[in-house]
Amino acid sequence: MSQQTVLYDKHIEYGGKIVDFAGWDMPVNYGSQIEEHNRVRNDAGMFDVSHMTIIDLTGEGVKAFLQKLLANDVDKLKHSGKALYSCMLNEDGGVIDDLIVYYMNDNWYRVVVNAATRDKDMAWIDQQSTGFDIEINERTDLAMIAVQGPKAREKAIEALPVDVVEAVSELERFYGCDCGEWFVGRTGYTGEDGFEIMLPDTEAPAFWDRLSEVGVKPCGLGARDTLRLEAGMNLYGTDMTENTSPLISGLGWTLAWEPESRDFIGRKAIQKERETGVQQKLVGLVLEGKGVLRGHQKVIVEGIGEGETTSGTFSPTLKQAIAFARVPKETGDSCEVEIRGKRLPAKVIKPVFVRDGKPTWQ
Amino acid sequence: MSEIPSELKYTKSHEWVRTEDDGSLTIGITDHAQELLGDLVFVELPDVGDEMSAEDAACVVESVKAASDVYMPVNGEITAVNDALADAPETINDSPYDDGWLFKVSPSSSDQLDDLMDADSYETEIED
Repeated sequence: MSQQTVLYDKHIEYGGKIVDFAGWDMPVNYGSQIEEHNRVRNDAGMFDVSHMTIIDLTGEGVKAFLQKLLANDVDKLKHSGKALYSCMLNEDGGVIDDLIVYYMNDNWYRVVVNAATRDKDMAWIDQQSTGFDIEINERTDLAMIAVQGPKAREKAIEALPVDVVEAVSELERFYGCDCGEWFVGRTGYTGEDGFEIMLPDTEAPAFWDRLSEVGVKPCGLGARDTLRLEAGMNLYGTDMTENTSPLISGLGWTLAWEPESRDFIGRKAIQKERETGVQQKLVGLVLEGKGVLRGHQKVIVEGIGEGETTSGTFSPTLKQAIAFARVPKETGDSCEVEIRGKRLPAKVIKPVFVRDGKPTWQ
Repeated sequence: MSEIPSELKYTKSHEWVRTEDDGSLTIGITDHAQELLGDLVFVELPDVGDEMSAEDAACVVESVKAASDVYMPVNGEITAVNDALADAPETINDSPYDDGWLFKVSPSSSDQLDDLMDADSYETEIED
């Protein structure tokens, strides 16, 4: 049985083309994915991300619990509302999921995990929580709308309830604020400024209409994928999985090794991997000529070895094909990608393709 | 609703075929197919002179979302390709039956054309 978010009827009303995403009926676009992508880069777009899983962790033991559960360290979060990106690892150092955690107060952290991994995440968190004084509360009563783009905040502020506006107008990047029934994070998955707005299910359809009225364009999951790829953000399930460690997934920066005494799940395995030498790395590829890069294409690095693209697309901003690829660690600044039996040359760069609407490597 | 011109023939794999005055065939993908694929960003055309059989993959069209083969509707030889698509693949979205044509074929015989669907049958096909 397919699940639908509370905004499903709105997607139909706004002309969304519905596809299955991890068991959810979600809009892949509302006509043109490229137009939606460009709208987010140049103005403001909105995404229904209500299928994502919001979990409130509360209680005296919550900080200690998260310091064990997560590879990044919530001790970095000193100010109320501050957000942190982290991996949740298994004992072998594989990635169970990636997530955002907001520190609200010493007894309350809010965690947002992926939709596709909801069941296993909930089971894992529940299993690991034994012995900690915490309560786990999944917030299925909340919808979530991401408003993204250079004009996203300005336009969202026109549409938000007055009492929420007051709280969010001074909100700093990568902070969230609790506005009673609503919760607004200055976060996102597009590389643009904007808000991720959690609000009661019952109020979401009317808010969607208000955002549309102030000129925020509905955007589908298709544009969300091309935007996040251009911005160099990993997608769970393709760029990293339970079988890949963060060290070969471009996520080494999210690992908090200090203090050494913090014994988070997976630490022993990745520490060993680091000591014996990491053999691969995640890089960005830009196809030199025409074509489209996709996940699972073979990458050939002359004289060194082979790798594989983990996700790829045609970049609407650059009008060139781009991809993430896992390649041998000695890989230099060029490689070839095999597409339908032909080897095509590609540039190897750090996996961030677009910043402020411009190519990062030129 | 997708546009389905009545004078064309259609395949189950969403190609359209137009018989020109000189007996050659022009081939493209249908309005329905371009809608399913979304924004097209790349086209890999066959070479002029290629001889192929019906149902061979003759070229590839790629959207931001997916790559899709385009199949030969009949046996024959490629006589022309729409080079303008290399720099403007979105033409297929804008004009699937005219400027967005893909290639022309000199058919080995005219018999296989009778196996293709007319507009009414194609409409029924895509409604299912």
